[in-house]
Amino acid sequence: MVSDSITGPNPTMSTVPRESSRAYTQTPEQAERSVEKLQAQFPDLFFEVRRFRDEVTVYVPREHLVPVCQFLKSDEETRYNFLSDLTGNDWPDRDPRFEVIYQLYSLKHFGYLRLKVRVPEDNCVCPSVTGVWRTANWHERETFDMFGIHFEGHPDLRRILLPEEWDGHPLRQTEEIGWEEPEFTVRKVQRDLAKG
Amino acid sequence: MARTKTRQDPTKIFDNIRDDMAPVEAMQRRGDMAQASTLAEREAAQLSGRGSIVEVLEPKAPGDSERMVINMGPQHPSTHGVLRLVLELDGETVTKVEPVIGYLHTGMEKTMQSKLYQQAIVVTDRFDYTNPMGNNLVYCLAVEKLLGAEIPERAQALRVICAELSRLSAHMVWLATHALDLGAMTVYFYCFREREMILDMFDQICGARLTASYMRVGGLVADAPPEFLRSLDDFLKIIDERIDEYAYLLSGNEIFRGRTIGIGALTQEEIIDLGVSGPIARAAGIDWDVRKNNPYSGYENYDFEVPIGANSDVYDRYLVRVEEMRQSASILKQALGSLKDGPVRCADRKISLPPREELATSMEAVIHHFKLVTEGFHPPKNQEVYVACESPKGQIAFYIASDGSNKPYRCHLRGPSFVNLQALTPMLEGRLLADVVAIIGSIDIVLGEVDR
Repeated sequence: MVSDSITGPNPTMSTVPRESSRAYTQTPEQAERSVEKLQAQFPDLFFEVRRFRDEVTVYVPREHLVPVCQFLKSDEETRYNFLSDLTGNDWPDRDPRFEVIYQLYSLKHFGYLRLKVRVPEDNCVCPSVTGVWRTANWHERETFDMFGIHFEGHPDLRRILLPEEWDGHPLRQTEEIGWEEPEFTVRKVQRDLAKG
Repeated sequence: MARTKTRQDPTKIFDNIRDDMAPVEAMQRRGDMAQASTLAEREAAQLSGRGSIVEVLEPKAPGDSERMVINMGPQHPSTHGVLRLVLELDGETVTKVEPVIGYLHTGMEKTMQSKLYQQAIVVTDRFDYTNPMGNNLVYCLAVEKLLGAEIPERAQALRVICAELSRLSAHMVWLATHALDLGAMTVYFYCFREREMILDMFDQICGARLTASYMRVGGLVADAPPEFLRSLDDFLKIIDERIDEYAYLLSGNEIFRGRTIGIGALTQEEIIDLGVSGPIARAAGIDWDVRKNNPYSGYENYDFEVPIGANSDVYDRYLVRVEEMRQSASILKQALGSLKDGPVRCADRKISLPPREELATSMEAVIHHFKLVTEGFHPPKNQEVYVACESPKGQIAFYIASDGSNKPYRCHLRGPSFVNLQALTPMLEGRLLADVVAIIGSIDIVLGEVDR
C-alpha cells in the first residue's frame, strides 16, 4: 500500500492527503505494456512488479537477467535501447542483502523502466550486462568498487574510483563514514606532552 | 629535497649551477644527460604513483614498430581537472587509451546519505561545479517526487531561469577552455566576461557565486530580488550579440576548423550503446533532449528548438553547444517575460519552512519550523524514484531510495560526464596524439561529477 502523504512520526501535525504531482509528465502505460510483453515472452518466470509515482520496477530472477535485458532492448515494441544508469543498494537486514538496479530508457518512446536483481551476500555475483549495453562497463566497475558485487562475464572488473589496494567497499551500509585527523603540529605537540 | 652540490672546484662550466637548483636541471647543465634522465624518470614515477612516466614496449612481433606508453595527466591543463590518460602510441598514432579516474573521489554519495534531505543540497553543488543550479534542481525534483510535493508556478519559472543561466555559464566555461586548448586565447576572455555577469546575478539571487544552493525541497530559499530581475533583463539585451561574437571568432577560423572537423566521430549506434547523452549525442543526429522529451519544471511551456548536428565530430559538438546557448537565452527571455507573482515555496508546512512573519503570530508555524529544522521530513518508506534532467553535459539523474527515515537511504547520481567519458576510448583509438586534446575538450567533462 503506497501512501502519497508523508508518514512521519510527528504527532503535532496531521497528514495532509495530496494528489499525485502533476509536474512529472512521465506516463506508466508504456512501461506497463512492456511488463506484459515481458511476462508473455517468459511465461515460466514470475516477475514481481512494483509501482510508485508512475515508475515501474520489475524484479528479475538473477539467472535470467541477460536474456530479459536482451529481449527488452531488441523487441520492437519495448525497445529499451539506452541503459541510463546501473547502481547497487545494500539492505543488511534483508535476506538477499544486495540489489542491483538498472534504469532502462528508450530513445524510441522516451519512457523509463527499472529492473532490479537481488543478490545474496554469500554468493555475491550478478551476471554482467556489458554484452547488451557497452555503457554498463564502468557502471558495473563502480558498483563492484562500492558494494563488492561481482559481475560475472565483465571484461575488466577492477576498482574504478578507489585505489587498487583499498580495503572494503564504502557504500555498504555497514561501513561507517570515516574521517582522518589532519596532522597539525599542535596535535603532535599535545601527543608528545602526553607521553611526557 | 636534498640539493646536489658539486665536489669539483667551480669552473666556468659550473658557473650557471646554483645551489637552489633542482637536481635534474643541475645535472642537465653539467652535461650529465644519462644520469639526469634516469633521475627525471624516477621523480616522475614517484609523482604519478605508478610505474614510469614513459615506458617503451618491445615490439610484439618482428617487423612491428616500437610502441610507447605515456601518461597524460593527472596534472595536465587540457585534461580539465585530474583526469589521467595512459596512452599507448605508435609514433604519433594513439593505439590504446585507458582513462584512469578517481583522483577526486571524496565519497559524495556516502556524504549525502549521512545528511538530512535538505542538508544534502549543498553537496549537489559540488558534483558538476560549473552547473550548480542544475544539480540543485535535479536533486530537489527527485526528493519532491518522493514526497509528492506540488511546486508553485513562480518557483518553477525561477528554477528554469536559474538552470538556464547555469547552462549558459557552463557552456561558456566549456567554450572558453576548449578554444584555449586549441590555441584561441581571445574567446576565453570574451566568455569569462559574460560568465562574470551570470555569477554576479547568482550573487544577487542567493549570495553565492559558484556553490549556489538556491533551491530547496519544496521551492526556493527566497524570492528573487528586483535587482536580480533588472540585471537579468540587462544581460538578455546583450547576450545574443555576444554569442554571435564568440561564433564569429571560431566558426570561420582556419586553425579551429582544421583541428575539429572530422575528428572524434562516433556512429549513432555506438553513441546509444555507450550511453552517451547531451550535446555529443545531438551532434550525432540523435534528436533527444530531456527538456523536450520528458519535460520537468514547466519546460513544456517554453518554445525552444533542439539543435541537431550531422557529422558527430568535434566541430558539430561546438555548433550544437553554441546553438544551445542561443536557445537558452531565448528560454530565459520567455521565462522572464511570463514570470508571474506568487509564492516560491510549496504550501505544505511539512516540507518547506513557514514564512518568517508567521513565526511571530502562529504557534503552529513555530512547531513546524522547529520540527523541520531539527528533524526534517520523512518520505514514504521503502520507495524509490529516478528523476532525470538535462544538464549542460547530458542526462543527469538522481536515484533516491528511502527507508522512511529523514536521510536518503541510497542516493546515487548518474553523472553525464562519467558516462560520456567512457566514449573517449573509441573516439581516440587510431587518431593522432594532437587530437587527444580536441576530443577531451569536446566531451566536456567535469571531474567533480566523474569521480564524485
